[in-house]
Amino acid sequence: MATQALHVVAQSATTMTPPAAAANTVHVAKLIDISSCIGCKACQVACMEWNDTRPTIGDNDGSYNNPADLGPNAWTVMKFNEVENAEGGIDWLIRKDGCMHCEDPGCLKACPSPGAIIKLDNGIVDFNSEKCIGCGYCTSGCPFDVPRISEKTNKATKCTLCSDRVSENQDPACVKACPTQALTFGPKEERIAYANERIKDLNGRGFDKASLYNPQGVGGTHVMYVLPHGDKPTLYSGLPANPTIAPTVGLWKGIMKPIALLTMAATVFAGVIHYAIKGPNTVEEDENHDDKKA
Amino acid sequence: MTNHWVDIKNADLVLIMGGNAAEAHPCGFKWVMKAKAQRGAKLVVVDPRFTRSAAVADYYAPIRVGADIAFLGGVIRYLLENDKIHHEYVNNYTNAAFLINPEFGFKDGIFSGYDEAKRSYAKDSWTYQMEDGFAKVDMTLQDPNCVFQLMKKHYSRYTPELVSSITGTPQDQFLKVCEMIAGTSVPDKTMTILYALGWTQHSVGSENIRSMAMIQLLLGNMGMAGGGVNALRGHANVQGITDMCLYSEVLPGYIWAPTDDDKTYESFRNTRTPAARRPGQMNFNQNFPKWFNSLMKAWYGDAATPENNFAYDWLPKRDTAYDVLAIFERMHQGKMDGFICSGFNPLAAVSNKNKIGAALSKLNYLVVIDPLATETGEFWKNFGEFNDVDPAKIQTEVFRLPATCFAEQDGSFTNSGRVIQWHWKAADGPGESKSDQEIIATLFNKIRDLYKAEGGAFPDPILNLTWNYTNKLSPDAGEVAREVSGRALVDLKDPAGNVIVPAGEQLAGFAQLDVNGGTACGNWIYSGMWNKTGNLSARRDPTDASPQGLGQTLNWGYAWPANRRIIYNRASADMAGNPWDEKRTVLKWLGDKWGGCDVPDMRPNAKPEENVMPFIMNPEGVARLFAPTMAEGPFPEHYEPFETPLARNPMHPDNPLAKSNPAARVYKGDMEVFGSPKDYPFAATTYRLVEHFHYWTKHAELNAVVQPESFVEISEALAKMRGIKNGDRVKVTSARGWVHAKAVVTIRMKGMKVDGQTVYHVGIPIHFGFKGLTKQTQLANTLTPFVGDANSQTPEFKAFLVNIEKV
Repeated sequence: MATQALHVVAQSATTMTPPAAAANTVHVAKLIDISSCIGCKACQVACMEWNDTRPTIGDNDGSYNNPADLGPNAWTVMKFNEVENAEGGIDWLIRKDGCMHCEDPGCLKACPSPGAIIKLDNGIVDFNSEKCIGCGYCTSGCPFDVPRISEKTNKATKCTLCSDRVSENQDPACVKACPTQALTFGPKEERIAYANERIKDLNGRGFDKASLYNPQGVGGTHVMYVLPHGDKPTLYSGLPANPTIAPTVGLWKGIMKPIALLTMAATVFAGVIHYAIKGPNTVEEDENHDDKKA
Repeated sequence: MTNHWVDIKNADLVLIMGGNAAEAHPCGFKWVMKAKAQRGAKLVVVDPRFTRSAAVADYYAPIRVGADIAFLGGVIRYLLENDKIHHEYVNNYTNAAFLINPEFGFKDGIFSGYDEAKRSYAKDSWTYQMEDGFAKVDMTLQDPNCVFQLMKKHYSRYTPELVSSITGTPQDQFLKVCEMIAGTSVPDKTMTILYALGWTQHSVGSENIRSMAMIQLLLGNMGMAGGGVNALRGHANVQGITDMCLYSEVLPGYIWAPTDDDKTYESFRNTRTPAARRPGQMNFNQNFPKWFNSLMKAWYGDAATPENNFAYDWLPKRDTAYDVLAIFERMHQGKMDGFICSGFNPLAAVSNKNKIGAALSKLNYLVVIDPLATETGEFWKNFGEFNDVDPAKIQTEVFRLPATCFAEQDGSFTNSGRVIQWHWKAADGPGESKSDQEIIATLFNKIRDLYKAEGGAFPDPILNLTWNYTNKLSPDAGEVAREVSGRALVDLKDPAGNVIVPAGEQLAGFAQLDVNGGTACGNWIYSGMWNKTGNLSARRDPTDASPQGLGQTLNWGYAWPANRRIIYNRASADMAGNPWDEKRTVLKWLGDKWGGCDVPDMRPNAKPEENVMPFIMNPEGVARLFAPTMAEGPFPEHYEPFETPLARNPMHPDNPLAKSNPAARVYKGDMEVFGSPKDYPFAATTYRLVEHFHYWTKHAELNAVVQPESFVEISEALAKMRGIKNGDRVKVTSARGWVHAKAVVTIRMKGMKVDGQTVYHVGIPIHFGFKGLTKQTQLANTLTPFVGDANSQTPEFKAFLVNIEKV
């Protein structure tokens, strides 16, 4: 995939018109082919290495899930679920959990802080911690229960789909580390075509319900799964069958908006005070994105 | 591996048994996934647990630990009974037609020639019938003493009913696996078998692997792209270690080291230089004197001469066993003064931790050369319940020499596929760490200086050792590699007198080795890795030599021997020299020579009608279905592990002698501490997890994050029986000690119906200990027995008995 300039096409709590150039940007996607995943956690380690996150060393809770769940320092985790199948055999279903990068992101809709959550024209949904107020609305807005608020920094965190790497024409760190090509990355249309090949192969191996998970309730996602048991997504450690954005998320735009705006005003005020005391930040993430427009 | 990593993608059926490739070899596993995605290959996993390999398999069958030969013997019977063998291949390329001494026999689980007191066999009757110096054959395979008939008779006992009763594999599942394997007996289908320590770490380890070798021969899968018997080596650089002889039984290049029986150079040479057993065969071991003499020239230079038998007298002559179990047995008896332990954590890695700790306590000194602070280096220290020793009672002086890691020094790795790959130093080692070669070289020079100054009982082998490195205290890895690869010491000439290799030049390969001392070569199988053009192991050209895309990357690194990627590749073609499968052409006869996408494992101009057979390392030229070299019998037979949940061997219920491997060595004191099922009712096994590498990565933060704490896996039924809930803390006890761990209760393990009883397993990952960042615990080898395979003495880590209770 050629290097492309990335544009912000949506921002939290902001009404904006996407730049015209954005319409031509290729949508990207990460495809997680569960039928090729051996649960090795190389993706987890690569994610922690690249993003310099260090969860605490936990303990064994009777499973292979380590860390046990997503966290402010664990942006992706493997979730293991074992079930008896209809043929009397066992399915050990291993799913890499993390942000799905929804085309219609509930987190972004729910976020009251302008520009704290942005969506890029290639489909990546990214958090701007400089502008995050730690309110946690994004977590309630997410149908996949992904964002986590760091107790230490009071900022929301999640997978960025390695937007920094992608903007330099590199695969996300997890994809780069995957030894079995269970993870692949590229233009979304190509990933869908590849997924269809995999599904055909799975059909031939007795998985006649294999399917692509690209849920339309959130407008499709930029992280997709090939599910061998496509008719039962919830088997995969609770992957929602029909994710949608909770109706309450839209509420804030009506009733909550004035309150939220007040909060924002307070934030701006705090920012002014912060500026007066600490001086300007040297680099704003927005500026980075602006650079890409050049 | 007889084949190589990339070649796995050419298989139609991938069998993983005695291993767990997805977890232990996740990077190489990509080739399994390619075989599935690109060829539509099927993956079959046979394992006591439903592993992460099984998670992506097309078919999984459970098996009780230690019952592999019963399973594989059943497969052999299935192939023979259902005529699913590759006849032309079996008739011509194996010893199926060879006639065996009529004295050979097998009764009640014991082969002819057994000496109960010595626990070993006299092999006089395990021999070919000879005539005029050659083995007799019956190409009709009808003679009752021919290997084929003996094999058929031997395995006729392995009925599906009996196999199922021994292995715990439900009969329908066993037969399903047989059927899938049998599907590759046709010339244009192949199976690859991927195994690892799950087969080697048994008291019948070598015979486990031989059973599969027999199956692959019957199917005609040896030498084929996508076939072979493929040992996935676990420890970087364990392939290189075995190639280079870092153990006592062999010299570099698998040359059997001299023993007390080899009184003279002549007898040593003659016993290792066989005569051909069939007419016209290559009998490649006839070159043994060239390899050995060149090795001695590399080691002793001008001091090794034809007159002094190339300094043969300076080599140690082994008086007894010096394998790892024998070493620690001797240490435990207080018969060792010091021990240098380089890149080795025996307190964790050798069976029976308490015995190992007691053995180390009897040394005067211990030297630990390692990049990490290992358990062995602190065996003397009290870590509470995790290492409950009294330092006041341990007088061993311990020296710890910090070494660099592989990425902190130049050198080479040899991978499972025998590909030698150079690696370059990426960073300086931390603190005062030094490279292994610097530590060893410094030590050697000190010792030599002492011999020079003070003399000694037998200084010659030390004083005369060649040490012509530019930096004598820290030899350059490239210099050592060139010495290993070999060079001419004099002008090497062809019969016409033309100089082929001028004195001083690097050799092109082992074909140039000279028997009269004209060449020096530190390891004949590595010869050519550094030729006159440079370091071939440093090559990184992925170009595929196969127009069919078989992945024969001949310019990537250097594979031993002779850069050959698939061993026995002559067997990929029929007697006339045409590939069995056109679409999988590795080698073919081109009318005047052998050609294809690999280095021929055959004399390049050997016409097919000369009948030079593909298994050139055997003096008979063919592969052995009947192998008289094995310690416990020429045909693999099922024997129970030394600790078994059964009261008898169901194959031989009435012969206690044949319960466990009759030829396995058991030390006094160890037989007594084998547990019985009365006290230790559950079958246990140890294994690796993908998140960790042996006992190293528990020192690394991110590995510790993704697998932080010791656990054991048990079935729901066993958990219920013992009142254990998922995540509970449990105590696992064997006859040798106990460990604490968390319980993972899983449907991936089940009770198995075996010989009229139900056998439950306890699965024990090995990676955790009392040093490092993971949660402190007891080492898993506290539980494992001190007995090894009868041929290699690899300890039986994979099948023993334990009890388990909630803490």
